Amino acid sequence: MSNAATMQIDDPIIEVENLDFYYGSAKALHGINLSFPRRQVTALIGPSGCGKSTLLRCFNRMNDLIDISEVRGNILLNGAEVNSSSMDVIELRRRVGMVFQKSNPFPKSIYENVIYGLRIAGVKNKTILDETVERSLKGAALWDEVKDRLHTSALGLSGGQMQRLCIARAIAVNPEVILMDEPCSALDPKSTARVEELIGELSDDYTIIIVTHNMQQAARVSSYTAFLYEGYLVEFGLTDKLFMKPEKKQTEDYITGRFG
Amino acid sequence: MKSYWRIGEPCVWATGAALALTLLIAATLIIVVMVNGLGVFWPSNLEKVEFVDGSYAMGERVQREENYQAEGFRRQYKVGNREMYGLDFRWVDETRIVATTLPDDAIALEREEHGNFFGYLLRLDLKNLQAGQSDDPYQTLLNGFALVEEMKDAVHAMDGEISKLSYKLETLRRNLLKADYQGLSPNDPKVLEMQRKQAILQDDFKHLVEAQNHQTVSMRAYKAVFADVNGQEREIALADMVRIYQPNRMSLMEKVGFYLGKLVELIIGEPRESNTEGGLFPAIFGTIMLIFIMSLFSFPLGVIAAVYLREYAREGVIVRLVRIAVNNLAGIPSIVYGIFGLGFFIYGIGSTIDQFFFPEVLPTPTFGTGGILWASLTLALLTVPVVIVSTEEALGAIPREIREGSLALGSTKFQTLVRILLPMSSPGIMTGLILAMARAAGEVAPLMITGVVKLAPALPLDGNFPFLHLDRKFMHLGFHIFDIGFQSPNVEAAKPMVFVTTLLLVLIVLTMSSIAIHLRNKMKKRYTFSTF
Repeated sequence: MSNAATMQIDDPIIEVENLDFYYGSAKALHGINLSFPRRQVTALIGPSGCGKSTLLRCFNRMNDLIDISEVRGNILLNGAEVNSSSMDVIELRRRVGMVFQKSNPFPKSIYENVIYGLRIAGVKNKTILDETVERSLKGAALWDEVKDRLHTSALGLSGGQMQRLCIARAIAVNPEVILMDEPCSALDPKSTARVEELIGELSDDYTIIIVTHNMQQAARVSSYTAFLYEGYLVEFGLTDKLFMKPEKKQTEDYITGRFG
Repeated sequence: MKSYWRIGEPCVWATGAALALTLLIAATLIIVVMVNGLGVFWPSNLEKVEFVDGSYAMGERVQREENYQAEGFRRQYKVGNREMYGLDFRWVDETRIVATTLPDDAIALEREEHGNFFGYLLRLDLKNLQAGQSDDPYQTLLNGFALVEEMKDAVHAMDGEISKLSYKLETLRRNLLKADYQGLSPNDPKVLEMQRKQAILQDDFKHLVEAQNHQTVSMRAYKAVFADVNGQEREIALADMVRIYQPNRMSLMEKVGFYLGKLVELIIGEPRESNTEGGLFPAIFGTIMLIFIMSLFSFPLGVIAAVYLREYAREGVIVRLVRIAVNNLAGIPSIVYGIFGLGFFIYGIGSTIDQFFFPEVLPTPTFGTGGILWASLTLALLTVPVVIVSTEEALGAIPREIREGSLALGSTKFQTLVRILLPMSSPGIMTGLILAMARAAGEVAPLMITGVVKLAPALPLDGNFPFLHLDRKFMHLGFHIFDIGFQSPNVEAAKPMVFVTTLLLVLIVLTMSSIAIHLRNKMKKRYTFSTF
């Protein structure tokens, strides 16, 4: 199914070329060709098990953690091959941040959570650390709520606050791309609205790729949307166009709720 | 009725009953030990018993039971005076008793030798001792005893000097042997200097010992004459006494004070009378130090091994086999570890160390014989599986998202381990350590062949350089229980001490566990998710 309806992007930040992905002998992604626009929100949608998360985790090589996984094809980040041996995976993950489905703050203080990325990179300057904490928490729209208790445990925050803390933690290291793997699926509607609002604000400075189950969410937050089905890319284009006038029958069926 | 079974009511009852039974068994054990152990130091009244034939017996009543050979009851008395009667416990048939009284002036003496003496004070022979002239000879005896105690303290203080000197002499002797071994001629200035020093030290040593002997002899001149309940006289030196008291005259408060004094002696005192009397300090110290050194080895070793198994080793047949092997290690009889420790640590490593570092004193072994280091290592080996298993479980319980979250921020596996995983698993690791310590504290079998002794001449930690003497043999509460309970010639006299020692051992384990549990709870609060 290489006849996916896709569109050309000028100055893409990530380019995926003929990407195949295997879990052992099971093929999870089939010949994906896709380009992600710079400083835009791109949503990956599709039914469960279609390979959206797998694709997302290829961009910061989180799939390396799975022993039996195998990647074929090219992923270029600003023209540099992500999977090549010359790519430093630590450096890559610093440039491509990630926010997970389940918020995962570390059992440390809020302050320490935010600067974790800097700490492990060896930054010790107190002024830089303090500035980063303020900038990141403001960027994640959490500063006003926690500025008086920065040194209390992050585990005392509410679910929505925790997720925003994880976003703050991701932007603290100034990544180029932020990957979000269903960031709102464990949040209540109010917290979801906050995070969605935040995603809109962040897209001024960062490229965001978001995996979501929720099509309304994809329509609300993203400029571009890619629809995946059973490991194949079915359609990719401007979100408005994909939702209003999908080129493929499968896409239309999915977004109108006929399956999936 | 059907729903009764379906809801599982009987199952709930069964689980509750099982728990209750377990608690009951444990509580019974503790209560038995406490009832038998706590009463040991209480100064019981001295009962005087008159028999039908006109003879008497006096002592502390121990128990009363039905006489299964004849009618009525019989009582057991601790009658003391071992050197006069041979046995210090006696069964008395109640049918033969005419009268039982509590004589006011009955005296109990706790002595350095031969156990307690129960009787009456006849006269004093205090020579030139300025014990004050009281009308009451008992008061004079107490005054005199206080003076003699001071002298005893002085003599004991000399003991410290003597042991320091003898340690220096021993070091010198070893150095001379070393010089000889290294082929220095006997006329070498170094050797001559050492010999000169040795001569001076030996001289000092001799003087000190003589002075001590002299003091001891003069101290022993102060005596008192006592009579047992049947009028048999007995002369006892004041220096041989440890405590003098008249239990039948003591008020409750005095008895409590006496009891507490004995407890303090138990904890800080040295043992007397082949360990059946006096204190247990060397054994308490040995036990705690053993567990401490054991933890020092088994804790890092176990944690590091578990980290490798869980975080770095590739999951496969070999790792699974290793895991099974580790789990099985925990089930091997501890005596097997003891034998391994003897063969590997003592004869293997210890002898090698001796050959390389202490060849001059061979064939006398230094490290090639049992010692606290080898016993600790043996116990570490025994407890390391517990630490490995609990650490592995704690690491495995950390959610995947946390690891991925750390890695996704660009941290290496090692940074994730040190900054996130180990702190988060610390409560679990502590649990393992608690279990390991409790197990180590209770082990006796492997210690018996790796360095525990009935009576250690010196502690493994003292004021002589290099302060920590890991090659020394040590005393241990668990072995102490075995030794006095089953190896002692005077079983009746040793029995109370068995319970006291057990109580103490349980108490030590409890204290150490409580500290560890407190630490663990602190960590838990810090490193785990709070529930809503």
